[in-house]
Amino acid sequence: MAHRIVILGAGTGGTIVANRLQRLYGDRAHITVVDRDDVHVYQPGLLFVPFGLAHPSEIVRSRQAQLHGDVEFVLAQVRGVALDSAIVHLEGAADIAYDVLVIATGAVLQPEETEGLLSAEWGRSIHTFYSLEGARVLHETLADFREGRLVVDVIDMPIKCPVAPLEFCFLADWWLRERGVRADVEITLVTPLDGAFTTPLASERLGSLLDEKDIRVEAEFATGRVEAAARKLYSWDERELNFELLVAIPAHGGADYLGRSPGLGDALGFVPADRHTLQAKAAKNVFAIGDATDVPTSKAGSVTHFEAQTVVENIERHLEGDELTGCYDGHANCFVETGFKKALLLDFDYEHQPLAGRYPEPHLGPLTLLGESRLNHLAKLAFQPLYWHVLLPGHDIPGIGSRDRDDGHLDAARQEPSKAVGSR
Amino acid sequence: MSTVTLAGAEVEVDPEGFLLDARQWNEQIAQEIARQAGIDALTERHWQVVNFMRQSFLDTGSAPSIRTLGKASGVPIKELYELFPKGPAKLAAKIGGIPKPRGCI
Repeated sequence: MAHRIVILGAGTGGTIVANRLQRLYGDRAHITVVDRDDVHVYQPGLLFVPFGLAHPSEIVRSRQAQLHGDVEFVLAQVRGVALDSAIVHLEGAADIAYDVLVIATGAVLQPEETEGLLSAEWGRSIHTFYSLEGARVLHETLADFREGRLVVDVIDMPIKCPVAPLEFCFLADWWLRERGVRADVEITLVTPLDGAFTTPLASERLGSLLDEKDIRVEAEFATGRVEAAARKLYSWDERELNFELLVAIPAHGGADYLGRSPGLGDALGFVPADRHTLQAKAAKNVFAIGDATDVPTSKAGSVTHFEAQTVVENIERHLEGDELTGCYDGHANCFVETGFKKALLLDFDYEHQPLAGRYPEPHLGPLTLLGESRLNHLAKLAFQPLYWHVLLPGHDIPGIGSRDRDDGHLDAARQEPSKAVGSR
Repeated sequence: MSTVTLAGAEVEVDPEGFLLDARQWNEQIAQEIARQAGIDALTERHWQVVNFMRQSFLDTGSAPSIRTLGKASGVPIKELYELFPKGPAKLAAKIGGIPKPRGCI
């Protein structure tokens, strides 16, 4: 009998895993992917929408169209997962039994978790760019924004793409200068962490960017509530900050059904999973990938892409009755837009904080790690077609993958004392 | 990285005084770090938070955020700020001998 593999979520992780498993198993598996809608958003593109650098229609495609033709796609809301009986319950659709379940439902925005955030000012003086609709509406508001304090507020960690709020500040600086109103706007980044940069090497190399771009940082400010009518933010310890325009990154949590599935989600609804095998701690036949997990690395597409290889390998081993040997190392890389058509590139894993150097080839690059360059910016722009046509179908991107790192730059950098600063 | 003596034990710490190896931690070290941070004595409520932080880190590899502490430690957020002034997540992590909560850069 064919293996019954059910994947919840058709975003980056669910799509890559489904396509790789379909090619691996063919008729020997029946693969079902469930999602509540058919809108696949290229999330790195959300950052560009408020500044008119991308139109919402350019970063959206059908979820189903990204899946291999033999994968079954079910459009339904998940009501819950019964681990003991290995059944997924859906709203308004038949239950699905599974041999292996993959949880790939990402992270959801929870603005309702912060008192006063979802007020009459939502969409007027209070915005987010973390959703397609939010980014679209913010673009309209920014067009008329000429003076006052712009506050970019990270409500709580973890968030998707933790550098995106900083990138937003950099792009806002550029955009406001282009429009000739930068002198009349103060840009403040609010973070619950103790700085915009929290690792020593990044802090040393990149700290000056904030001064150059005149971006203020309000650190260790954990937002407790918003008084929308007065346009004020309050921290839990009653520090006060006023704003003309608030761009909030709402608290994140796992998908709702995880809270309704005993044993699956933690206090925030993320799935406790082994950080190396990605097997859920609640059940041996459940795996988790991407933003949905609680593993200690960034919630980012590159992480999901690298994790997919481990998840596929370990599903295969689990179904064969073998010990899990696939091993994810926390590898992540990301481009950080710094404005003026430049970008930084970061690369790190569980053991190493972001390092300086070149990527993907040590010494050669062509991309520069932890430094600004135009090529990094062009590479970030060039990534979207790769995402749809190479990454989602589950093909390898030459030079970029977890496995290639056996002789990769991180190990090379470790051996060079001059570059090893960031690893300690 | 440097080596310091806390409560009679030699431990390795980062430039901000966070223990680099959670296994070197003990309750006397916690008391000492707390004293240096201006908390004269750790009460039962402090320990509830510190132990929760530490266990979460050992289980998951990351330190819980303020929101997780508020939802799952049994101590409401307002009280967390009374127990650990300014930054409860950061200070409780330091006292619990686990790494500073940080972002990816």
